[in-house]
Amino acid sequence: MAAPDLIAALGELPAEPLITIDGGRRWPSLGLRDLWTYRELLYFLAWRDIKVRYKQTVLGAAWAILQPLLTMVVFTLLFGRLARMPTDGEPYPLFCYAALLPWNFFVTAVGNSSSSLIANNSLITKVYFPRLVIPAAAVAASLVDLAFASAMLVVMMPWYGLGLHPPLLMLVPLVAAATLFTAAVGAWSAAMNVKYRDVRYALPFAIQILMFLTPIIYPVSFVPARWRWALELNPMSGIVEGFRDAVFARQFHWQTLALSFSMAAGLALLAAFIFRRMEREFADII
Amino acid sequence: MRPIIKVEKVSKRYWLGSRAHYAMLRDRIAACYMRPLRAAFGRVGHSEQRKVEPASIWALKDVSFEVQPGEVLGIIGRNGAGKSTLLKILSRITEPASGRIELYGRVGSLLEVGTGFHGELSGRENIFLSGAILGMRKAEIARKFDEIVAFAEIEQFIDTPVKHFSSGMYTRLAFAVAAHLEPEILLVDEILAVGDLAFQKKCLGKMGEVARHGRTVFFVSHNLPSIEALCSRCLLFNRGHLVDDGKVNEILLRYMTAELQPDSGSCPLTVHGGRRHGSSQIMASVTLSGANRKISAACKMGDCLKVSVSFESEQSFTPVLSVTVKNMHGLALIRANNQFTGFDFSQRQKHGLITCSFKKLPLLPGRYAIDLSLGDGFRELDAVSDAITFEVLPADVFGTGKLPPPGSAVVVWPAHFTIANRTQFEEMEMAPAGEQQLAED
Repeated sequence: MAAPDLIAALGELPAEPLITIDGGRRWPSLGLRDLWTYRELLYFLAWRDIKVRYKQTVLGAAWAILQPLLTMVVFTLLFGRLARMPTDGEPYPLFCYAALLPWNFFVTAVGNSSSSLIANNSLITKVYFPRLVIPAAAVAASLVDLAFASAMLVVMMPWYGLGLHPPLLMLVPLVAAATLFTAAVGAWSAAMNVKYRDVRYALPFAIQILMFLTPIIYPVSFVPARWRWALELNPMSGIVEGFRDAVFARQFHWQTLALSFSMAAGLALLAAFIFRRMEREFADII
Repeated sequence: MRPIIKVEKVSKRYWLGSRAHYAMLRDRIAACYMRPLRAAFGRVGHSEQRKVEPASIWALKDVSFEVQPGEVLGIIGRNGAGKSTLLKILSRITEPASGRIELYGRVGSLLEVGTGFHGELSGRENIFLSGAILGMRKAEIARKFDEIVAFAEIEQFIDTPVKHFSSGMYTRLAFAVAAHLEPEILLVDEILAVGDLAFQKKCLGKMGEVARHGRTVFFVSHNLPSIEALCSRCLLFNRGHLVDDGKVNEILLRYMTAELQPDSGSCPLTVHGGRRHGSSQIMASVTLSGANRKISAACKMGDCLKVSVSFESEQSFTPVLSVTVKNMHGLALIRANNQFTGFDFSQRQKHGLITCSFKKLPLLPGRYAIDLSLGDGFRELDAVSDAITFEVLPADVFGTGKLPPPGSAVVVWPAHFTIANRTQFEEMEMAPAGEQQLAED
């Protein structure tokens, strides 16, 4: 045993335990304080994901811009020129790009975070930290791609005769809502993926279907009024339409936005609880 | 004094087989639809099937103890005794099924060297990443950065991706990061099993230093000498139970004498505490005998030792047996494998008896243990460590009545000695055939 003065150097033991581990409790807390303590880890893991993703690539971060840009070109040719899709009078390329920004973010972030726990299984079985950090870091890393891709707006908007007007500021809360919703889907599918490996096959398929249920290649006005409610159940459609309203300085649909925001927040809360409940098994079954 | 760690009646159960195949959503969905159908038609066969409980083992059962600040605890026990599970629970990697733990300090765990290292990133980047994963603050890592680099002795490679590092450099860097953690409670698992001897010594020194700074250390190792050197107190686990707790010397002595009690020369392996997790139960028994075929757990130095392993399997396979002889410190001395030594058994079989004969046992007097591993040449099917122990009795192998003192060496080997005076020596150096001549002597 160490000499008493050395223990004094460490300070008195706290009166309350710093950590209490209780076996057999059913519903866990959200562990937000723990998450805050580990915020630097979130940063480091996101930073690692970005660094590693563009190592040994020729084009590097240009991929973040190329992907939505090339998709835009293909969509413009197919749906803009050939199918003559209505766009509420906007130029199809910008109309499509504004929607692809949040959508591409959603697809890559959900894809990365759903496989993030399995990809990091060596961490999960060897060291403790709030597990939510892992899918959250995958989403955060995709935010950087979104930032690169959004920078293209600065080039494209003047090209189509649009100034960098104040409604663009709405992109900040819109991105926040998209992040919440994406993190919710990402964290939930990551947790499910640990237990049921089917998720890996089901998820890309589900996302593909969801793309047609989101106004990306078509405007909301394209959908008959009596079916609009179905679109509004999808938080991404409100966010996508919000992106377009911001880019074209149109009137925002506040009611739809409020619904999308609250659904994103509610789903994020629900996903966090489900994740916390499932995470107790991670180290044993991953 | 108040304890820094309180563990009360902690238990942990593992479901066997859950690791082997992942649950499929499909099965769950199918079960949902089948249940009402089964209930409606009352199919007896299926309802019986449902009642079968999956097999489980208690990795820990009702474990309670307290630790005072500044104590350095060694944790020993056979494979599967629950040592690693305890560390995983204390470090919050996994949750106990029941029980309660109170920790009055921050916990840092080193269950592996290089946790969170990424091959593509440079040494510098990995120090920050791994430090953050182990629970260090960015500012703290930046402050200790130079110290870490110096400890790892990799100054000139700090900006090279670690995938280009030699395994020694990689290990040194990984341990250097871990060694600079400053939690009040440090949990360490088998970490010293890697790295070269000099670096192992350095790590042991660093850990001793950590303990002297009043931190509480948990140390799990099969390396009994390092437990003895570092720890003040020792916990002995057996099949999930805490069976002994006390001063390190007393516990180690009791472990070596009682836990590894002298075997009778024959030991059934169907149920054995040393069987590796996940191994299938194929080896049935092991028997030791001498040249005269008499079963005995004692063998004279230089005599013949025969290790016979009987096996039974449901599928036929081409058996490959590996026999490892270890001393009581767990150091592997001899590893014999029928494939390596050119004794291929080409016939596939379901059962049989393989005998491995060590013609002249080169071991010094003392206690030794045998690890067995049976495979099919591609993978290991069954492995049992410390399957059986035996005693080597002194014998006058040199014909001089003298032997190296106990503990001074591990094996004896026939050696020839010659002496030459200075002029003869110089002649030998000059003559090209000198070497050959020496060898022929």
